[in-house]
Amino acid sequence: MRIALFLTCLVDAVVPAAGRATVEVLERLGHEVVFPPGQTCCGQMHVNTGYPAEALPLVRRHVETFEPYEVVVAPSGSCVGSVRHQHAALARAAGDAELAARAAAVAARTYELSELLVDVLGLTDVGASYPHRVTYHPTCHSLRLLRVGDRPLRLLRAVRGLDLVELPGAEECCGFGGTFAVKNADTSTAMLADKMRAVLDTRAEVCAAGDSSCLLHIGGGLSRLRTGVRTVHLAEILASREGVA
Amino acid sequence: MSTFLGLPRAVDTSQLRGRPFPEAARAAVADPQLRRNLGDATATIRAKRARVVGEVPDWESLRAAGAAIKDHTLANLDSLLLQLEAAVTARGGTVHWARDSAEANRIVTELVRATGADEVVKVKSMATQEIGLNEALEAAGIAAWETDLAELIVQLGHDKPSHILVPAIHRNRAEIREIFLREMGAVGLPAPADLTDSPPALAEAARRHLRQKFLSARVAISGANFAVAATGTLSVVESEGNGRMCLTLPPTLITVMGIEKLVPTWQDLEVFLQLLPRSSTGERMNPYTSMWSGAVEGQDFHLVLLDNGRTAVLGDPSGRSALRCIRCSACLNVCPVYERTGGHAYGSVYPGPIGAVLSPQLTGPELNATLPYASSLCGACYDVCPVAIDIPTMLVHLRAQVPHPAPERAVMRAAAYAMGSPRRWAATRSASRAGRLLGGRRGRIRSLPPPLSGWTASRDLPVPPAEGFRDWWTRTHGSPPPATPPPAAGGDGAGAA
Repeated sequence: MRIALFLTCLVDAVVPAAGRATVEVLERLGHEVVFPPGQTCCGQMHVNTGYPAEALPLVRRHVETFEPYEVVVAPSGSCVGSVRHQHAALARAAGDAELAARAAAVAARTYELSELLVDVLGLTDVGASYPHRVTYHPTCHSLRLLRVGDRPLRLLRAVRGLDLVELPGAEECCGFGGTFAVKNADTSTAMLADKMRAVLDTRAEVCAAGDSSCLLHIGGGLSRLRTGVRTVHLAEILASREGVA
Repeated sequence: MSTFLGLPRAVDTSQLRGRPFPEAARAAVADPQLRRNLGDATATIRAKRARVVGEVPDWESLRAAGAAIKDHTLANLDSLLLQLEAAVTARGGTVHWARDSAEANRIVTELVRATGADEVVKVKSMATQEIGLNEALEAAGIAAWETDLAELIVQLGHDKPSHILVPAIHRNRAEIREIFLREMGAVGLPAPADLTDSPPALAEAARRHLRQKFLSARVAISGANFAVAATGTLSVVESEGNGRMCLTLPPTLITVMGIEKLVPTWQDLEVFLQLLPRSSTGERMNPYTSMWSGAVEGQDFHLVLLDNGRTAVLGDPSGRSALRCIRCSACLNVCPVYERTGGHAYGSVYPGPIGAVLSPQLTGPELNATLPYASSLCGACYDVCPVAIDIPTMLVHLRAQVPHPAPERAVMRAAAYAMGSPRRWAATRSASRAGRLLGGRRGRIRSLPPPLSGWTASRDLPVPPAEGFRDWWTRTHGSPPPATPPPAAGGDGAGAA
């Protein structure tokens, strides 16, 4: 299958490993991955911070960039959530019915990584090996905007050597919330403290998730406290092979 | 004073806004006792609610029915309100219309004065909190006694409610015992000197204190959970029986109700009397559901219909579904922000997620600019809302309406410009890799300048990697394909990289 990679601006700028791993998993499974270079950002940050006018050109660019592809994948529940739940609505609110229709069509072909693997490609075992104790934070937008359910857990359970431990209070927000982490830093930090305590309670070596943004937040806190617990994107675990951790 | 925006707004916004949220939240988050009280209480209610909602096989259908009835009501509010007025009047009640707080307070004060009473008993009513009725009555020399146990605790503590359903959620038993011992004697029957902090002992002290008030009061003021337009029936749903005492004992009853509390017919109540108790207290059925239509024999009954900004909310198609709210507080109990900050941080009588959308709409968003940001948009509030109010989407809608700080606006515009073309975006990323210079030991950035210092106050940031994704892609996959392959549909070649 020919699959277009929607990298997301955060992965592009800060954590390219999640993007590389996404490419590696899909290519290993025999698919052709294309990287449309016209992409920049889906505009979620602007919409969610209250700047819809600034977001609209980004939405248009996103639609134009991904319109030619039959299947689009992103290593982020949050950005796919934005494509699915915000793009068409934003275009409609701006009075551009044509763009809204095109955005809805692109959204219908855009998948978060675990959705693509499980629903479109029909897989739970991607042939990965990752001999570590791992706990999984489901991330709010994957959980509630996309309803990915247990798809990531099914993928993780099929990984060789992986010891999956349940995260207490998994469905509670980690406190990232985009610009919320900066605008309401104190409350965000209090939420993070509880999430970190839950992660540490599992005695896992690795806290995984399907969103680099939440991982940046949780990982940044764990690093500050020098806990030694690492945060790793789901794609990186699925890309791991025996002898390569 | 709010700006006139074409539709009636609340004139007095004093009960609907306070300090900026981040500032008020900072103090709350730093109070470990408060966080423990809130964490324990919300976790308990959350688990109870989840259990009893899980028992109902058609919960999602009930929820959809609740939303549909409320939407239908809001779409026909004008005619349904007139129907309610006619029905209440026909049954011997008197209906008053109040545009705003000042009008409502004046109407109620005059009604109480006309009876010659200098004290009233109250059963919990958010509408009267919203308009600051107790303060207005006090200014007129009339004492108002809250009779709901939690409201009593708040009132005696010279405090403000911090939760819609459990107004004293921020207090623990030891604090309540102290408040009773210190304050009850000054305003009525004192608490026994040997009062312990066991729940039965506290409840008994409150019962004795309140009984004296019920028996002496000649006027009661209530809110209403629902009003049935067809029959003029009003309903109060409560747990302790204090409401029933207020509604039946005093010869004069004054009900203050927001105009959105309406349902068209008696049959519509069946949906809400299932949705409300399970969502709010986690009970299958409500302990005391009182209903009355017009005036009972020997009783003088007045209904005050309050607008106070609601018509303005109704005028916004993206915001009006906030008026579906039945004040169950389920959204507060699941909100991770509320759980850490408590209700006072919201600065309004309507705290939590629903408050974060309702308060700015009632006051006008420019007067409550920080509340739409008091959420991480995690979406838990939408999932539990029994009338399916899409609070996260509404928060985003309101964020677009509030005034933005100039530095933020500059950053957002610059980011949008950089992201406007792949060439500019690539240049920004090269610059961001210069961020590698900021990296301290172990490849972590530990301090950034404002406004990003909010991030590095508690979190490290990874140093951007030496090889970005696009460089890796070019190295491993060769040159990128043309920016836009031969068009399958309308794309017009958006700038090459």
